Amino acid sequence: MSNVGIGNRALEVIPALEGSARDARRRPRFGANRVLSWIVFIIGVLYFLVPLYATLEFSLRTKVPFAAYNNVLFKDANFASSLLYSAAIGVVTIVVSLLIIVPTAYWVRLRLPRLRPYVEFVTLLPFVIPPLILVFGLLRAYSTGPLPLTGSELGLNVLIVAAYVVLSFPYMYRSVDSGLQAIDIRSLTEAAQSMGAGWPRILLTVIFPNIRVALLSGSFLTLAIVIGEYTIASFLVRPAFGPYLALLGRDKAFEPAAVSIISFGLTWIAMGVIALLGRGSRTRVQVAGAR
Amino acid sequence: MTLLGVVPFFLFAILFLFFPVAFLVVGSFQDSVTGAPTIQNYLDLSEPNIVLAYTSSIEISLVTAVAGGIFGFMLAYAVILGGLPRFIRPLVMTFSGVASNFAGIPLALAFTFTLGLQGLVTRLLLTGLGIDLYSKGVGFSIYTKLGIEIVYMYFQFPLMILIIAPAIDGLKREWREAAENLGGSSRQYWQHIALPILLPTLLGTTILLFGNAFGAQATAYQLTAGLVPLVTNLITAQISGDVFHNVNLGYALAMGMVVIMAISIVGYSFLQRRSERWLR
Repeated sequence: MSNVGIGNRALEVIPALEGSARDARRRPRFGANRVLSWIVFIIGVLYFLVPLYATLEFSLRTKVPFAAYNNVLFKDANFASSLLYSAAIGVVTIVVSLLIIVPTAYWVRLRLPRLRPYVEFVTLLPFVIPPLILVFGLLRAYSTGPLPLTGSELGLNVLIVAAYVVLSFPYMYRSVDSGLQAIDIRSLTEAAQSMGAGWPRILLTVIFPNIRVALLSGSFLTLAIVIGEYTIASFLVRPAFGPYLALLGRDKAFEPAAVSIISFGLTWIAMGVIALLGRGSRTRVQVAGAR
Repeated sequence: MTLLGVVPFFLFAILFLFFPVAFLVVGSFQDSVTGAPTIQNYLDLSEPNIVLAYTSSIEISLVTAVAGGIFGFMLAYAVILGGLPRFIRPLVMTFSGVASNFAGIPLALAFTFTLGLQGLVTRLLLTGLGIDLYSKGVGFSIYTKLGIEIVYMYFQFPLMILIIAPAIDGLKREWREAAENLGGSSRQYWQHIALPILLPTLLGTTILLFGNAFGAQATAYQLTAGLVPLVTNLITAQISGDVFHNVNLGYALAMGMVVIMAISIVGYSFLQRRSERWLR
């Protein structure tokens, strides 16, 4: 046990210390702690579940059971159309974001490591510029001048995608960059080049498939942000899911509860997919930004 | 030539991030009538209603960051080291991931169904215990500053759990054993070893929570119909219609918000870098 050759004095002291340490371990040190732990845990569970339960209960208080769900799912054309609109905008956002971020992250790793701090700085700016301020600036900057985007439907759709792409930067860049870190991009690039592949081909057929898990987790997180986003969509007067839900909350009684439950389910699915994709990898937990 | 690869990224950022923000920055230093350079807009931020909006926004963010931070830490500690059954931990982590992302309109609605005038808890308290939350005596309302704080806690403390859990895991068993072998008590271990190591992460995350609440718009707007004086509500009103009758004052208001966000993010990343020294 402790008969390592470290002198007589140490030999005398160590068994005594070990004894006290063993006693300390045997003592029910967690006795009081465990009660406190349970109390804290139960408060947390209540905080989490009571609002959900209240919403669920409210959504089921209609005279005809599930009438609220029936109304929004099958009778309210705006539910489906707004959800579809947000999903479509989400997909376009993801495609644009990937097309911008992947080549950039790849190029910075391969050729321009000295630009890394600048690229990182830009991708983190959306944390400093809240969506409210971003949309404020976009509205003012593009209402007149050479690019009056706020004047047309198409222009507004361009603006909302652009704003969401900016919001996706922090999440997309981080997941793509950690994906690239895990593969040997230099060798892959050289191998592809020696077989005569050009840059578009290298990116699309070599790099993209090799980091698809990272791309997927970044994409789902972006989708989760976009689907329920309210601030930007409402100021750009888009027929999106967030503004639809806000309007519903003002006009109807039981339907908003039903849609809140559905939207909670959607969040749950998105987070589940992200957790599933992130299994085994060392990606940090990430947080979306649509508050 | 090599720079060409990053051109699309920076071009996009310039068009849809720098240019719009620069528009606000420049506007905030201009007179709304003459367009002449001025700092009057920033001086006008001292108008009582603007000061009130900033103070309540800061107060809400501060209260929910500190309370959410403390409670999140306690829950994370309870789950990881508090002797709870093992299966609870993945459960809490998953729930935290969902809760920290469940915000905005649906969250505001969920709390009106809980603690609103007709909310479930409100009704239960009335019928079960005879306590009327909305009576003059109790004076509670979810549609107030206190209400916003209660709602924000829903995404604040789970975020703390998500960030602090890996840090608690990072506390090495050897440190505790070393402390015990030197005769240190559990309290001494926490006071002199664990807390100092966790402190940068704890403070940093609290700052992050502050920014998280400060930048939030949709939740509070939906909950209070924009009636509680908050910076975000003022800016919302200003975008919808020039409530100050001074467009450029709105820009200065927005810049004030950006400055506060920037300070909190810089503080967070500084403390984050400090904490990485010990925890990897």
